[in-house]
Amino acid sequence: MLNYIMRRAVAMPFILLGIVTLAFLLTTITKGDPLTAIVSERQMNNPEIVAAAKARWGLDRSLPERYVIYVANLVTGDMGTSFVTRRPVSRDIAARLPATLELVIAAMAIGSTTGILLGLLAAYYRDSVIDQTARLFSLFGSSVPIFWLGLALLFVFSVHYHLLPGPGRLDARLTPPPSLTGFMVVDTLLAGNPAAFKDALLHLILPSLVLGWTVAGSISRIVRANMLEIMEREFILTARAKGAGELRVVFRHALRNILVPVLTVLGYTFAYLITGAVLTEAVFGWPGIGSYAVIAARSLDFPAIIGVTIVGGMMFLITNLLTDIAYVFANPRVRLN
Amino acid sequence: MTAAAMTIAPAAAEPLLRVRDLKVGFSTGSGTLLAVRGIDLDVSRGGVLGIVGESGSGKSLSMLAALGLQARNAVVSGSVHFDSQQLVGRQRKHMRSLLGSRIGMIFQDPLSSLNPVMTVGDQIREVLFLHDRRLTGKGATARVLDLLELVAIPQADRRINQYPHEFSGGMRQRVMIAMAIANDPELLVADEPTTALDVTVQAQIMRMLRELKEKLGLALILITHDLGVVAGHADRVAVVYAGQVVEEAEVHDLFADPRHPYTRGLIASIPKLTATGSKLYSIPGAPPRLGAYPEGCAFHPRCIHAQDICRTTAPPTMAFGGHRSACHFADRLPPWDRGNEAERQGQNG
Ligand SMILES: Nc1ncnc2c1ncn2[C@@H]1O[C@H](COP(=O)(O)OP(=O)(O)O)[C@@H](O)[C@H]1O
Ligand code: SF4
Ligand SMILES: [Mg+2]
Repeated sequence: MLNYIMRRAVAMPFILLGIVTLAFLLTTITKGDPLTAIVSERQMNNPEIVAAAKARWGLDRSLPERYVIYVANLVTGDMGTSFVTRRPVSRDIAARLPATLELVIAAMAIGSTTGILLGLLAAYYRDSVIDQTARLFSLFGSSVPIFWLGLALLFVFSVHYHLLPGPGRLDARLTPPPSLTGFMVVDTLLAGNPAAFKDALLHLILPSLVLGWTVAGSISRIVRANMLEIMEREFILTARAKGAGELRVVFRHALRNILVPVLTVLGYTFAYLITGAVLTEAVFGWPGIGSYAVIAARSLDFPAIIGVTIVGGMMFLITNLLTDIAYVFANPRVRLN
Repeated sequence: MTAAAMTIAPAAAEPLLRVRDLKVGFSTGSGTLLAVRGIDLDVSRGGVLGIVGESGSGKSLSMLAALGLQARNAVVSGSVHFDSQQLVGRQRKHMRSLLGSRIGMIFQDPLSSLNPVMTVGDQIREVLFLHDRRLTGKGATARVLDLLELVAIPQADRRINQYPHEFSGGMRQRVMIAMAIANDPELLVADEPTTALDVTVQAQIMRMLRELKEKLGLALILITHDLGVVAGHADRVAVVYAGQVVEEAEVHDLFADPRHPYTRGLIASIPKLTATGSKLYSIPGAPPRLGAYPEGCAFHPRCIHAQDICRTTAPPTMAFGGHRSACHFADRLPPWDRGNEAERQGQNG
């Protein structure tokens, strides 16, 4: 098993190269002209300016040349310069990725705990009112459009009742803390600013609730289905025949046996949300990687698009690897093979 | 020391487990279907009761229900007294203090009966901790090692940290036994303990159960579809058909003079090494499905002795000393002869 994980780790750079190549090729088949992002419409008629811009951004080179240069730079951590922000893409991403991670981690924490609890309740009390309610709740979470849910919650809790702040990560009147981790909640704490910490935390609540609700939906479904099967197994009867209480039966005996499928979904969902939180980021003005990707795509900002693709792919690979490692601890049978 | 060891065993009149008119049903769209239809059983202290019957006759279900372990959709009525305490309708919390301590259970398939993601040691430790809050980790481990030795699992100190899939079938069943006797129970319920095992291992496990019974002085309920297993190991036998006890007797009496046609059929179907023909006898027909019990005597469609009365009237239970049989003709059946029985049933069935 350790061998397998090592092999996976070694394969990662190659898979990444594949992703880069694909992303690179995809940008060439789009019809749009990236020059429109660089040169203003009026200046487009000036051949000198256009030629200078092409040379400046390397657009005068052939595709293979551009590819080789890009990959060579990438090895040194250089993802090129964004057409739009005119800053290194790697710096843009470094600034925005923590915001997304903060949101996604909070959403995963909320979503997986509620999802697992709902799934357990629904399975244990299958076909009862509790089951129906839990299923309705998770169905709602995974079928109601995020922008609708987000706007509705914003309206109720922020606009109407003033219980929670509006969009953004921090109140505009507060001075942002120096960015050490990029996680607003952590940075405000490190800066020793309790007022800002509280504000950052309050800002995090609604977006992570909205995103977490969708997570809870898929997690609770997978937990319910797997629990229904496990609770029928004979070792559950053995546990009861030993005098174990129902809480022990469910958490110590049953839940441990469904960790592998649950971890799979958790890992997959986490990786997906890194770029998939885009709607939530849009509704809540969250300066994350998802909204960055949208801006990049809209303006044909090729370096930024490829950069986001690489980061998204990398997140997937890392999460997959972590999930694999977690399997080893969840299932003794995997450990041996 | 357990409560059982401290009290002096009362007179034989008071059994350790006493089941009366136990009924178990499942509620379905079309009403409640009875799977166990009024069973009476007695298990004396230190005794071995065999419960025999074809698959699906309600053997497992009746014992599970007696101990409050039935499925949630099951409805249980009747009375079950363990050491004079009524168990039916008892709170789960109270049942839990008995289960795993004074009553142990082992099941048919030791692989699926053990939790695949817990070490064998942890699973045995658990039953110790569940019934002794003051137990220390060290004390528990020492006890687990003793238990593994008691059930003859070699290299216990290494085995304790292994998972069930690293054990063979027979070794797994020994683990189950160790777990079931961990807290010195007075009663051990073994539900088809050897059915899923290799023939050679079956004998080892049965011998071990009998030795442990002697050593620990526990009473044993041996559930099996195999009368052959019961013959060698039980004191008393209850034969179950379609959710009812059709015959009950001392093991010797049952085999020497079976008083129910179903029992006779079961005995005739025990494979015999010296049989002249290689053909195995089996009772013709199949047991009724859940809820679809024939009118009168439930066995009548398969019975070679059936008369008109059997098709209309449920037979009363006749007692001949300690020998009970629920057949209209229990006192009038032809003299028992095992060889002839197979032939006779073969011709008529
Ligand atoms: N949870 C359940 N729901 C519905 N029917 C059940 C359930 N458990 C057992 N039964 C039925 O009860 C009958 C007796 O089953 P069981 O006691 O397991 O038989 P066996 O004598 O082989 O141990 C069977 O017909 C079985 O289908
Ligand atoms: S009552 Fe009739 S049908 Fe039933 S076992 Fe006796 S003889 Fe056979
Ligand atoms: Mg059974």
